Amino acid sequence: MKKTINVNVKHLTRVEGHGNIHIKIRNGKLQEAQWEVIETPRFFEAMLVGRNWDNAPLITGRICGICSIGHTLASIRAVENAFKIVPDEQTRKLRLLLKHMETLQSHSLHLCFLALPDFMNAGSVFPLIKSHKDVVMHAAKIKGLANDVCDCIGGRRLHPTRTVVGGFTKLPTKEELSAFSERLKALIKDLMTVAGLFSGFKTPDFVRETEFVSLKGKDGYPFIGGDVVSSDGVLMKERDYKKVTNEYIVPQSTAKWCRLSRKSFAVGALARVNNNFEFLHPAAKDIARRFDLIPVNHNPFMNNVAQLVECVHVVMDSIRLIDELLDSKFTDPRQEVKPVKGVGVGAVEVPRGILYHCYEFDDKGKIVKSDCVIPTGQNHANIQHDLEALAEEYAVRGKEDGEIELLASMLVRAYDPCISCSVH
Amino acid sequence: MKTKESDTKTYLGMPLYRPKVGFFEFSSCEGCQLQIVNNESTLLDFLSLVEVVSFREAMTEKSDDYEIAFIEGSITRDDEVKRLKRIRKNAKILVALGSCACFGGVNQLKNRFKNLNWVKKEVYGRHPVDTEPVRAVEDVVKVDLKIYGCPVKKEEVEKSVLHIALGKSIEIPKYPVCMECKANENICLFDLGELCLGPVTRAGCNSWCPNSRAGCWGCRGPADDANVEYMKKIMKEKGFSEEAILERLECFGGFADFLKRKK
Repeated sequence: MKKTINVNVKHLTRVEGHGNIHIKIRNGKLQEAQWEVIETPRFFEAMLVGRNWDNAPLITGRICGICSIGHTLASIRAVENAFKIVPDEQTRKLRLLLKHMETLQSHSLHLCFLALPDFMNAGSVFPLIKSHKDVVMHAAKIKGLANDVCDCIGGRRLHPTRTVVGGFTKLPTKEELSAFSERLKALIKDLMTVAGLFSGFKTPDFVRETEFVSLKGKDGYPFIGGDVVSSDGVLMKERDYKKVTNEYIVPQSTAKWCRLSRKSFAVGALARVNNNFEFLHPAAKDIARRFDLIPVNHNPFMNNVAQLVECVHVVMDSIRLIDELLDSKFTDPRQEVKPVKGVGVGAVEVPRGILYHCYEFDDKGKIVKSDCVIPTGQNHANIQHDLEALAEEYAVRGKEDGEIELLASMLVRAYDPCISCSVH
Repeated sequence: MKTKESDTKTYLGMPLYRPKVGFFEFSSCEGCQLQIVNNESTLLDFLSLVEVVSFREAMTEKSDDYEIAFIEGSITRDDEVKRLKRIRKNAKILVALGSCACFGGVNQLKNRFKNLNWVKKEVYGRHPVDTEPVRAVEDVVKVDLKIYGCPVKKEEVEKSVLHIALGKSIEIPKYPVCMECKANENICLFDLGELCLGPVTRAGCNSWCPNSRAGCWGCRGPADDANVEYMKKIMKEKGFSEEAILERLECFGGFADFLKRKK
């Protein structure tokens, strides 16, 4: 057994934002394992104070470049809930379609451009462009199509322009939607190729039991709004999110941490699949079974597989949504907005987990107070405890520094953390 | 990525200079960097033009041997100042990428509160946290080129890099977004009852937001000779409140000088 191990990763690469990993093992005993978040805070919650309601989605969308659509939709939902606006069916379907395509864009970016190099002994996707051009082309095609749909529905692939409180400023044409439906149907082949590639990779052997938190499926796999559920049996209303997140501050992180029934919990694709397996599209369930992803799975590395499963689900569900939209008569995309004094909460399942926005408005619709709880913020404590368990377990197995460094980096990457988002 | 003989591109029969570039993020959403990889159809062409030697969001390898440094984000902490100065020393050309780097972006909205301690307390309570007033990159080091926008337009980044590789000059539109919007035959947003900063904001985005029937928020900052006072007068005549206009002008930081002038 190896007695002394030092791992120091400053500014972990291939993740969004800045985080460090420190592991110190002496005499075979874990002395320190730390997941440190050093990102500069931008103070979005303070920025919004005193500003008009229409600023909220536009400004908070800028919390994150990868999940700006998710932030915009959570923000819009919070404002609409405060003003008692109920979006019509057309708006709900278009928003869900947009959300699906952000999920596909983000998951494919993470799986094929950020996580993949670890499994192929590469430092980045760039050398793979030469050595595995076909794989990179499939991945680029998946991500490209997702982004094209986002351009069409949201007006822009990041920091969307058409999504507003009350609906949309502009609708896509049915011709555009119909063309996307065809492209999505053809995309299933590309997804299967990527799945085939990942099925050849060995998922690191590591299990640590934890609590999984997600929205609760009712009529389908959950993405926008609804109750919050945990694998430890907690069930809460969206508006009571603070009883789920219980944010607190730790010295090692500029992002706040969260806890619920245990010392930490996890959100994200694996949490969603674990809590809502029954609502997945049959084709997505098939992929899950092929990878032995059966709920409740407690291996955090399986989040990669859960993302793959969700890619299949969102593509299949988007085809259904487009069919339904094509069969309907388009109506005025935008409702009138009248500010109401009060508080509104919006919970949305964004790629990395459940995201909450909450605003308090005065009678003129000015923001008095705001709060955003980010998925990666909810995962930080879980990453910390995973890291401790992983370091201890692999030190006992006699692994070298380099191997433990790679595994620890892969573990953090498996959460697909959005660090600057979590600090905001 | 190493350059191989077979990879060398030519322009007018001459071998094309393939600059080494690095991407560096400071306080930001990292969306502008994402825009670089977000245009899947042209990504491989773009990557053949440059040699990416540092891009933490996408690659593990890193190097200080670069000629062009793209800086995303605003500067809000002392460690960022030090890091930025080090990058400035290494780079021949330093590019401010996006509105946060060019003018502080939405991040500078926190500067409108005179009491920075209130800002800290609003988010972190009594827990101590390190932050300074938000600064644009050029308030800390010399900037050679600014690429505006929140987010940046990928085509503009590609064109700028292409022109650097070819040794051509880089022209940024002097005229406002309104010109592009008219050329795109959009219905004027004022006629739809929407507030829009198109008349005073620098073009180059191909009227991105107005094309979606969404008013411009001025993320690219002022056009040359922007007549902000006259625009405010017209907007007030159209029935928009002074406050709504000011909220837009201050949103991305590009119009800070105009807001100061008024006070």
